[in-house]
Amino acid sequence: MAVSVDEAVSTGPVRDHTPSARRFGGRGRFVLEVALLTVLAVVMLFPVLWMIETSIKENRDVYAIPAKFFDFKVTMDHFKDVFVASGGGRSTLSVSFLNSVVVAGVSTALATVLGVPAAWAYSRFAVKAKKDQLFFILSTRFMPPVVVVIPIFLMYRQVGLIDTQLGLILIYTAFNVPFTIWMMKGFVDEVPAEYEDAAMLDGYTRLQAFWRFTLPLLLPGIAATAVFALIFSWNEFVFATFLTSSDNVRTAPPAIAGLIGGTTVDWGLVAAASVVFALPVLVFAYLVRKHLVAGVTLGAVRR
Amino acid sequence: MAGIEVTALHKRYPDGTVAVDHVDLSIGDGELFVMLGPSGCGKTTTLRAIAGLERQTTGDIRIGNTLVNDLPPAERDIAMVFQFYALYPHLRTRDNLAFPLRAEGLPKAEVRERVDEAARLMRLGPLLDRRPRRLSGGEQQRVALARALVRRPRAFLMDEPLTNLDAELRADMRTEIKHLQGELGTTMVYVTHDQVEAMSLGHRIAILNKGRVEQIGTPLEVYDRPASLFCAAFIGSPPMNLIEVEVADGKLRSQSGLVLTPPPGLPRDRCLVAGVRPEALEVTEPGAERSVPARVVSAEWLGDEIIYVVDHGGQRDVRVRMPSTVRFAADAPVGLRHSGGPPPVYDVSTEELVA
Repeated sequence: MAVSVDEAVSTGPVRDHTPSARRFGGRGRFVLEVALLTVLAVVMLFPVLWMIETSIKENRDVYAIPAKFFDFKVTMDHFKDVFVASGGGRSTLSVSFLNSVVVAGVSTALATVLGVPAAWAYSRFAVKAKKDQLFFILSTRFMPPVVVVIPIFLMYRQVGLIDTQLGLILIYTAFNVPFTIWMMKGFVDEVPAEYEDAAMLDGYTRLQAFWRFTLPLLLPGIAATAVFALIFSWNEFVFATFLTSSDNVRTAPPAIAGLIGGTTVDWGLVAAASVVFALPVLVFAYLVRKHLVAGVTLGAVRR
Repeated sequence: MAGIEVTALHKRYPDGTVAVDHVDLSIGDGELFVMLGPSGCGKTTTLRAIAGLERQTTGDIRIGNTLVNDLPPAERDIAMVFQFYALYPHLRTRDNLAFPLRAEGLPKAEVRERVDEAARLMRLGPLLDRRPRRLSGGEQQRVALARALVRRPRAFLMDEPLTNLDAELRADMRTEIKHLQGELGTTMVYVTHDQVEAMSLGHRIAILNKGRVEQIGTPLEVYDRPASLFCAAFIGSPPMNLIEVEVADGKLRSQSGLVLTPPPGLPRDRCLVAGVRPEALEVTEPGAERSVPARVVSAEWLGDEIIYVVDHGGQRDVRVRMPSTVRFAADAPVGLRHSGGPPPVYDVSTEELVA
């Protein structure tokens, strides 16, 4: 570190008003911070970087020993394989991605459409046993999803929802609605009810008041909540594995996992599929990053 | 413009809380009527029921001669100002003012004329093109008032509109609201928990407690003859001294021997409490005529006056308001005497005024 002894134990007149910053001063502190952050970044990002690297290596470079970090030939073949079947036409993986988009998108939309008005109602109205109801809603999230996978499987078999997109959409919605209600209730509580009162005195009905004044103020919250719900549905693995089997219904997570387990594993294809799978979530999270932080820190500051 | 009649209002929420137990109000046309009470007394719920924002469980509300029980807020022709100003955050002042008028579907020229008029009345000229977030608290409240004015409603409802302002602004706005109401002559129902606001603004004051009306009267009536022990303790700063008394030889005498002027029609054989205002007592030199021996516990020097807390051997220490020229040291032996007219007297068990 670049902190000299003189600097570190300086007893001279302290010109700086923040002694701690002075003692552990400017450059030295900066260097330490960068070093620690670099270590952290390497640990966190190595798997991601390795995945990206593997997805653009040729197969013999993937298995090369010692591993090739930089001097390999870049190829886009794996990405082509993700979308195009070997004989031409669409690959089964691309069908899975499409299924993921449909299932995650529809279930998130459903959870939002059901959850936001519910959150509004719980926030605004005197409901009988409100706290108990909210606790009951939350209690559906107390157990890990795996616990209910067998009962759900048996029920779905009875009603014919096994191996259907609708089945997945319903179960994801069911898991996302409680989350949406709880998170959105926090956002609705932050919007003063007086806006709606004022709008009602100005000649709007309660629903119009909600729609025209409260809802626009809730949009950032809805965006944050929807992204969390979307990530859950998009990444969900257990239900997708148990409840679907055919290629034209299966979502991407079990489909990618299914690539592993033959006599040989095409790691390049697995890596490329994983990159394609991770991208949408990254992009979404980046777009609403401000609101995500708002969602996490909500209620920390009183209005 | 119109008077407001509230008859046997009762509001019970689904979770079982009774916000308003039984309220009858008769508010005259053009009156500035204040509802005063501690939080949770039902004053805001009553106001919201008049506005139509809450549906009462039972009871009738009439505005003018119209029964408005089943009318939505917009059709009651009233305007409301909230504690939190509720200006639409995405609209400039000008559009905030115009909003209720556009919702009514008035022609553009008239909207502009009325907005300008309200802006002139509330001196909003320089603020017309700003959004609420760029206005100070006092400015926001003036805009909120203007937004109520612009409708030319039959009545104004004010829900603690000054609570969020600092003390100095609050005093200014109080004057402004009173002046405005006098000028327009529009009925105004004003809810507050601040007795100073109630006393200085109201033509009449209703004191509410636990969902019931304890007393309705002019500020002076409410101050001079509180109708119940609750009102006696609520109005005035410092509040009335409640002194336990007994009737003997046609005189009112406290345990310490302090003699009060008796009001006519005193009942016998009951436990009585007299409500004595701090300014109706006097701290004197020890042994002065008609005084009882007492001791100064503490003194609050307020500049123009001194509030003495005095122990006179009664159950509670009493507070006495004296001019700042009369000075006694803490712990000094003094005399205490009653110097006012007959005080209101209450029955301890019913807590009501008996004489």
